[in-house]
Amino acid sequence: MSKPDQFVLRLPADTQALMAEGARQMGICNSCRYCEGYCAVFPAMERRLEFHGTDLNYLANLCHSCGECYYACQYSPPHEFAIHIPQLLGAIRAKTYRQYAWPAPLANLFDSNGLFVAVALMAGIAAILLLATLFAGNGAALAEARPDGSFYAVIPHTAMAGVFGLVGLFVLVALLAGFMKFWRDAGENLAEFTRPFALAETLKDIATLKYLDGDSQVGCTYPGEQPSQARRWFHHLTFYGFLLCFAATLVGTLYHYGFGWQAPYGFYSLPVLLGTLGGIGLAIGPAGLWWLKVRQDPLTASPEQAGMDIAFIALLILTSLSGLALLAGRESQWMGSLLILHLGAVMALFISLPYGKFVHGIYRGAALVKYALERRRPGLDLGGD
Amino acid sequence: MRSSALSCKASARHPPQPWFRLGRSEPSAPAKRISRTDIPKQHESTTMKDPYACDVLVIGGGNAALCAAITAAEAGAKVTLLECAPRHYRGGNSRHTRNIRTMHRAPMHPLIEAYPEEEYYQDLLKITGGNTNEELARHVIRTSEPAIAWMRAHGVRFQPSLGGTLHLGRTNAFFLGGGKALVNCYFHAAELLGVKVLYEAEAVDLEVKNNRFTSAIVRKDGAEMRIGARAVVVAAGGFESNLEWLEDAWGPAAKNFLIRGTPYNMGKMLRVLHQRGAEAIGDPKQCHAAAIDARAPKFDGGIVSRVDCVSLGVVLNRDGLRFYDEGEDFWPKRYAIWGRLIAMQPDQIGYCIIDRKPIGRFMPPVFPGFKANTIAELAQKLGLPVDIVVKTIADYNAAVVPGQFDHTIMDNCHTRGLAPEKTHWALKIDAPPYYGYPLRPGITFTYLGVDVTPRAQIKMKSGDVAENMFAAGEIMAGNILSKGYLAGIGITIGTVFGRIAGEEAARHVKA
Repeated sequence: MSKPDQFVLRLPADTQALMAEGARQMGICNSCRYCEGYCAVFPAMERRLEFHGTDLNYLANLCHSCGECYYACQYSPPHEFAIHIPQLLGAIRAKTYRQYAWPAPLANLFDSNGLFVAVALMAGIAAILLLATLFAGNGAALAEARPDGSFYAVIPHTAMAGVFGLVGLFVLVALLAGFMKFWRDAGENLAEFTRPFALAETLKDIATLKYLDGDSQVGCTYPGEQPSQARRWFHHLTFYGFLLCFAATLVGTLYHYGFGWQAPYGFYSLPVLLGTLGGIGLAIGPAGLWWLKVRQDPLTASPEQAGMDIAFIALLILTSLSGLALLAGRESQWMGSLLILHLGAVMALFISLPYGKFVHGIYRGAALVKYALERRRPGLDLGGD
Repeated sequence: MRSSALSCKASARHPPQPWFRLGRSEPSAPAKRISRTDIPKQHESTTMKDPYACDVLVIGGGNAALCAAITAAEAGAKVTLLECAPRHYRGGNSRHTRNIRTMHRAPMHPLIEAYPEEEYYQDLLKITGGNTNEELARHVIRTSEPAIAWMRAHGVRFQPSLGGTLHLGRTNAFFLGGGKALVNCYFHAAELLGVKVLYEAEAVDLEVKNNRFTSAIVRKDGAEMRIGARAVVVAAGGFESNLEWLEDAWGPAAKNFLIRGTPYNMGKMLRVLHQRGAEAIGDPKQCHAAAIDARAPKFDGGIVSRVDCVSLGVVLNRDGLRFYDEGEDFWPKRYAIWGRLIAMQPDQIGYCIIDRKPIGRFMPPVFPGFKANTIAELAQKLGLPVDIVVKTIADYNAAVVPGQFDHTIMDNCHTRGLAPEKTHWALKIDAPPYYGYPLRPGITFTYLGVDVTPRAQIKMKSGDVAENMFAAGEIMAGNILSKGYLAGIGITIGTVFGRIAGEEAARHVKA
């Protein structure tokens, strides 16, 4: 059945009005505190009496919009207090992605993120195709079967490394700039970020997805009202799949420059094993997250995030599947086409990292570091209620 | 609403739905059964008259009712539960609760240290002035210890004592997410067990012959129907939302009361039980009332309507005068008497006034205080007589004896020469901005109920015991709690007696 009107929270689109609504809701939430045990949002909220834009931005990036606190809330709409923390913070979080984007004009890419990602994908494929045709001399060479699976015959290593190196550098700078904007907005200085205990705590929280596990047994109320570990598992597959693919690239780079070993590497070589495992994770994980997303209770969903979520998920799946297909078909005449498709997808993924859902990892990670730091600072002493 | 909208956390007995079965519109099997029977099957002659006929009919949808329904269903009884609220507002006052006071002989997560039976009982004697049924009280206390494991087994999750409630960390186990999360779990557990849950189904009468219940008259979807059952558990709460009844008991002052909980506790079943011969217990004039923000909604404001700065400031009445020692004791021990104190003031209103100093030293109130740079301006904003308020504050300031302020202990800051004195935390009110919070009595629950046996059977005025009529929760809490309140004991009584009522009702049905 469709979303019944009376349960829907109407959030203002205007930033200032949204922040005022945020201050209102968090003010009510802060005088209840029943949800304190669910995640980091609530202990962080309790350290505050007022909620300015910067506080809300920080809290929004601690939130996963899992829905636990919505289902538990005795003040959810149609109650006149109309509290809906997952949707409120989801909307604010979507705004922070734009606010922290660098360079600032590119923040608009968040507005129709699906379109942007699609264009990036086409541009990526076209760019790689252009690169390939430039070096391969003529189009026919692209469709040749190469028994040695040598993709450097299609695109020379230097061209590939050069293009991806440049794009990668830009992406790195953009992500770092976004992080700096977040960190400054949160009122922190850079020295604090490097405190080892805070980093260690954060890495542990991220590695285990601590705040997606409910109370470490049953998981979160996502996609529906009954708790489940599904989102956590699929996210783990995605995250570790991503890391394994990244590790495969690093090992390959080391092989190339360190030992002078040229790709392609054998099926049982370290880069290929890492890449294959990672690719499988990166196919199943995002597919699962997509599957959960379409099943998400509309009462807890954040419409502001839906587009970028699906765009990122789709790109991850395309990247992993094309990579696996390339591996399987690297000795066939399809190698050239598959290589272009895969590298095009990777290029689009790279380009869209700072302007898509990927940034949640940067800001949530940074928010968790701030959370770890805050917890060691003296808080309010409000006495007993 | 979603057709699969069964709520609940998973549990050991009822594990979370496996991820591969998660579905937006996929109700679990028992839920399907419920939605089918929601629509009476007109073509079946057997169900024509009473599609909801069952072994045990549970009236109410709060903690006690759910504990009874789950227990009866687990004992093999066919159970129907009537919740008069819509699904979104289900759970009675339990949706506003947050913990259960639990006896324990050793640390038991999330409870620290120990809270032995005798200490618990003495706490109860203290607040009721000795007026309790010792047999029932001690049974509730002893059974509260194993209740925690039972709750966990039905999906309830706990969390350490909330910030600002560390004084309860030893005695009260807090539900993760609070009372609504608790009832969500129980509704889900009940539905998994095949309990038929009818929302917006209000029991309006009971048919009782020779102390035997035969059926209930139920209003649903604008029509009345008769639901027969072999036993009934009435766990339908008190009458705190019934403004007319409150006025009967309290006089016109009741018009100015706010109701902190559900608007659905109209006391209908309480009245029907009394009319059908059940023995009443408790004083209709007794109710638990706290001082809450006057701007809170008439109903359902719940926990957030509290104003926790009374002990750090002064409270004036409509005429601009103080009327009670604000610093008599810590606020958690005093908020309940302030409901009554304000109820006795003209127009049933009070105004708590603080200056800048206490800000950040009390739980944040839900409504921002009225704010002004002078006392006169604040008095004007609050609609109080300016000259009198200015004089009251000046007199108070002049009477403050300097001391060492510490809001976490009973400090030595007090007044000398005032009537009434303020005996702790008395600081001059002289640092603008000044803040004012209007206060009203906020009723949490009522004490009037029905007399029961230790087996939760309802006692009749005739001296007989009704064999197939049971009561649990607020409707019989007056047996144990004649007045006063111990935080979290309402849920304890509801859980223990809900389970007893469910078990006894099922046993009666099977006998």
